[in-house]
Amino acid sequence: MLVYLIRRIGQSLLVVAVMATLVFLAIFAVGDPVAILANPEADQRELDAITARLGLDRPMYEQFGIFVWNALQGDLGRSFVYAEPATQVILQRLPATLELAFVGLLFSILIGIPLGVIAGLKPDSFFGRSIMSTSILGFSLPNFWVGLMLILIFAVQLRWLPASGRGETVNVLGVQLALFTANGWAHLILPAITLALYKAALVIRIAQAGTRDVILQDYIRFARAKGLSYRRIVGVHVLKNMMIPVVTVLGLELGSMIAFAVVTETVFAYPGMGKLLIDSINRLDRPVIVAYLMMTVIIFVVINLVVDLLYAAIDPRVRLSEAKG
Amino acid sequence: MTTPSIKVAPEAAVKPADKGESLFKRHVASFFQSWSAVVGLFVLVTLVIAAFTAPWFAPQNPYDLATLSIMDNMLPPGETLDTGVVAILGTDELGRDMFSAILYGLRVSLIVGASSVLFAAMIGASVGVLAAYAGGRIETFLMRVVDLQLSFPSILVALVLLAVFGRGVDKVVIALIIVQWAYYARTVRGSALVEKRREYIEAARCLALPKSRVVFRHLLPNCLPPLIVVATVQIANAIALESTLSFLGVGVPVTEPSLGMLIANGYRYLLSGNYWISTFPGVALVIVIVAINLVGDRLRDVLNPRLSR
Repeated sequence: MLVYLIRRIGQSLLVVAVMATLVFLAIFAVGDPVAILANPEADQRELDAITARLGLDRPMYEQFGIFVWNALQGDLGRSFVYAEPATQVILQRLPATLELAFVGLLFSILIGIPLGVIAGLKPDSFFGRSIMSTSILGFSLPNFWVGLMLILIFAVQLRWLPASGRGETVNVLGVQLALFTANGWAHLILPAITLALYKAALVIRIAQAGTRDVILQDYIRFARAKGLSYRRIVGVHVLKNMMIPVVTVLGLELGSMIAFAVVTETVFAYPGMGKLLIDSINRLDRPVIVAYLMMTVIIFVVINLVVDLLYAAIDPRVRLSEAKG
Repeated sequence: MTTPSIKVAPEAAVKPADKGESLFKRHVASFFQSWSAVVGLFVLVTLVIAAFTAPWFAPQNPYDLATLSIMDNMLPPGETLDTGVVAILGTDELGRDMFSAILYGLRVSLIVGASSVLFAAMIGASVGVLAAYAGGRIETFLMRVVDLQLSFPSILVALVLLAVFGRGVDKVVIALIIVQWAYYARTVRGSALVEKRREYIEAARCLALPKSRVVFRHLLPNCLPPLIVVATVQIANAIALESTLSFLGVGVPVTEPSLGMLIANGYRYLLSGNYWISTFPGVALVIVIVAINLVGDRLRDVLNPRLSR
């Protein structure tokens, strides 16, 4: 296990290093930030001063060296726009995005599991079949358009929920959270549903397949033979066993929720990391883009690492074949 | 973003082939057994024809600003334009007839989706079949690159690439190729690993045919069925991805609005209740994507080796 652990962590570090290089090179090619930031009427001396302050006059390899050295110390540059350290700008938005991703995950479970179990118990009934065909729609609907339609129905026509922004927040242990105010939830519902829809369709599919599988097992027949109520069989025996694949997939999907939050946050003008990324791309705020990418890379690498290690802990074949190869 | 393949194959047993009936005919007959797939195919073919013949029958050329009248702007569906044409889906802020704009936008979306899938499939299939045939370190290296690529969500990778490249139809296609090729590489490698152990490959090798001929003329064609299924579904995903990128403002340029761009244009007017600008292009987008997914779903069943072999 130790060999596997060391190999796997080494691989992860390599991925982070490769991505850091790619990200730096890619972002280096984006336009000229001085031209964007400087006053159009600024003379050459002012432009030079800005270039020097941002370190853009050094050769590229020196810029890269400075970038790596600072990155190791957790410093990914100062935002041109906010004049604050880029990591700090992003960390301020992180709670909003994580809140959205977790509530989205919760919604996809609350929608997906009951519907999936029903469709799995009665796969040939009209209800079961329509759940499965509707789940194809869940995969097909473009995320951002669903968001627009929800705004149109619930914010513009019915006026039940706000169309944009984040609600009132409460300071919990130094983190601003909107989960404890009614206003915060009102702002969270529409974006979270938009984000949850695709995942809910995925959960329905997995839950349906899992339920069809579990229902044929001997322990379910045994539970029936014992005379347990239908409710108890479904609620305890079926649900517990079909949850295993669902939990595995959702763990992996958490990362992609954070990525898809880019789209949802833009639609709902929700002040999270994703909207910050789009704004920074439009303003060519390089340090923020770089910091966002590096943080996302690290989040993804950590999620993948944890999932792989869990697999290896459960299934010894994985780590044996990896340790050899 | 692939549609997960957790799916139970329908029990509909494929009849044993009559003598003289080709495999292709059998597949076609089997495809037409599902009415939802037939509806999907019909809708898809109609939309493709409509999109590419739009210049001959669309009420207006939405790219020709000279024919637009600003007096016609923001008309709700069913109003009559200055030119006497009825705008059945309303007009946008420039006085563009939405029905014409959707037909032209559909064309951009279809071209971007289909061409990116075509090139990505060609690149991915070559990489996959080479990796499977070569084995060893080359295979390990290529598959590590594929794993790395697939561990990041395509939307994020495409977003960053376009932030670097800038706007443009060609750039969107390139970005979509880069985020998609790995799917095909993985799919083709999977089937090539099985196929390369078969007798006909051994026979081709015994004939001392050049390696490239064995790989591309003997091995690759036999790995195509799963590739066709993945490619069909990926066209829908590519179209959805392109529209998302255009909505975020990093996709196609304003001069060649795709469906996503039209939706983004309407976003600004949504809150004032002018629903039609965003709604109808979105409906068109959903119809296209659902139709492709229905066809792809059926192809998966038809080309499933467990059912046909």
